[in-house]
Amino acid sequence: MIDTLRLTAEEAKGLLERGEVSGAELRAAYRDAIDARNEELHCFLTLVDDDENDGVPIAFKDVISTKGIETTAGSKILKGYVPVFDSTVAARCKAAGLQLLGKTNTDEFAMGSSTENSAFGPSKNPWDPTRVPGGSGGGSAAAVSAGLAPWALGSDTGGSIKQPSSLCGNVGLRPTYGTVSRYGIVAFASSLDQVGPVTKTVRDNALLYGIISGRDECDSTTVDVPSVELPLAEDLKGLRVGVPKELNEAEGIEPGVSEAVQRAIELCAELGAEVGECELPRSVEYGLPCYYLIAPAEASSNLARYDGVRYGPRQDADGYYEMVSRTRDAGFGDEPKRRIMLGTYALSAGYYEAYYGQAQKVRTVISQEFAAAFERFDVLVSPTSPTVAFKLGEKTENPLAMYLADVLTIPPNMAGLPGLSIPCGLSEGLPVGLQLIGPQFSENTLFRAGHALERAIGFDGVPERLR
Amino acid sequence: MAITRDDVLHVAALARLELTEDEISRLEVQLNDILAAVGKVSELDLSDVPATSHPLAVVNSFSPDEPRPSLGLDDVFANAPERDGDHFRVPPTGETAA
Repeated sequence: MIDTLRLTAEEAKGLLERGEVSGAELRAAYRDAIDARNEELHCFLTLVDDDENDGVPIAFKDVISTKGIETTAGSKILKGYVPVFDSTVAARCKAAGLQLLGKTNTDEFAMGSSTENSAFGPSKNPWDPTRVPGGSGGGSAAAVSAGLAPWALGSDTGGSIKQPSSLCGNVGLRPTYGTVSRYGIVAFASSLDQVGPVTKTVRDNALLYGIISGRDECDSTTVDVPSVELPLAEDLKGLRVGVPKELNEAEGIEPGVSEAVQRAIELCAELGAEVGECELPRSVEYGLPCYYLIAPAEASSNLARYDGVRYGPRQDADGYYEMVSRTRDAGFGDEPKRRIMLGTYALSAGYYEAYYGQAQKVRTVISQEFAAAFERFDVLVSPTSPTVAFKLGEKTENPLAMYLADVLTIPPNMAGLPGLSIPCGLSEGLPVGLQLIGPQFSENTLFRAGHALERAIGFDGVPERLR
Repeated sequence: MAITRDDVLHVAALARLELTEDEISRLEVQLNDILAAVGKVSELDLSDVPATSHPLAVVNSFSPDEPRPSLGLDDVFANAPERDGDHFRVPPTGETAA
């Protein structure tokens, strides 16, 4: 009997290598779990019935193009779209023998923090189905946490891997910008988008990052990546851990979240790390405004391609421009429209310098502040999300309140830095995530720190109601 | 810099979105709220700070100029709403942009 709630991908790989289970048996176990729990949790938008591979199963967020398998990005405007080519990450997973279970739910075009912006309805948090799993990659996070997939891929622009991983009790890595190919990923904000792994353990995360990362000639923003080391050490000797005041004392951080993070910081010292305070004076205060100018501006440009000409459903009209405008109004939901409008405004004549140009300068300031902190520290720590999972519907009427869910994940993203979220305890019976931030290309350091903390914390990632 | 209904209509035309009356009035309120929040970036005097357009210190990415096969036409048109031979068919464009 395979317990999909507890089996890690590394253990699954071992079972397969030793011939103790077959790929088909493993797949069947996850399909049974999906049959039992997906109806309630709505993690998957598309299920894949069979796959030529027979390795460890995996799920992909539905912004990742899969040849011959519908890819919607959670949007009506891509309903029925079947890619004719694989994204590079899908091709690399295939080449590694991984078998695809299905495509997971996401906020439309990865714009959101709860999956409630998905055109196909929200996913639910496995710890409490009256609450959101986070977003945009809530489907992947909920699937891993509920044992519907041993691991999954997500994508992260402002926090769409880290924040749902935090809310569902998973390990989520947003890798350094440029380490994972975006070829075949539905684009949102191209100077920020990154693909990364959502897993049960830090070692699983390192394994999957090793499969998907590396330079890709189909994505000119990718670079050569240091080889990935599977973490083993259970101490943090010699590691300098910084606690940025602003990321840990930001308005809106729940007391239960602060307490769990504080305990994890104390553990860092007990494990042998040197812990000290530092400051990011403007990165947190100005990070969110900076992001909400740059990301919508880039989105307004990226989403111009949905015009009813080459793919997607078309609304009929007598003239070309009328057809395009009607197709876009019918196909996009409220959040993409809001961001397209905001981004178009910020880029329009007369406002460009004041909004987009100024935000790009703020971005420089944020990068400089993090660089200064990394002169003294190897890793910075903070909560991943200011809150635990919130109730479905709680923030849907107030876009600005929803945007604040990413206030702590956005600043490092603006600087292209890697961030790892690991579960560090419970507050009100719900998981709390610890965000570990490193300099660019420091994934191995984050895995090392995350692994040692994971062992010391001993968090049980199986939702209490499913144990 | 308050956004008026005319601004909403102007931006919607630039973005090629045919908004409903309900969407126009909702966006007028929401865009004002959001711009008031993000306008915070203008508090900082950054006249001497260079802009960052991309977070990596990478300037160019070169690869050998070697031809490779591209998608066949049937693949290219596989998701097209309307195909006409080797073309995407669209309604007539002989009109002024909305």
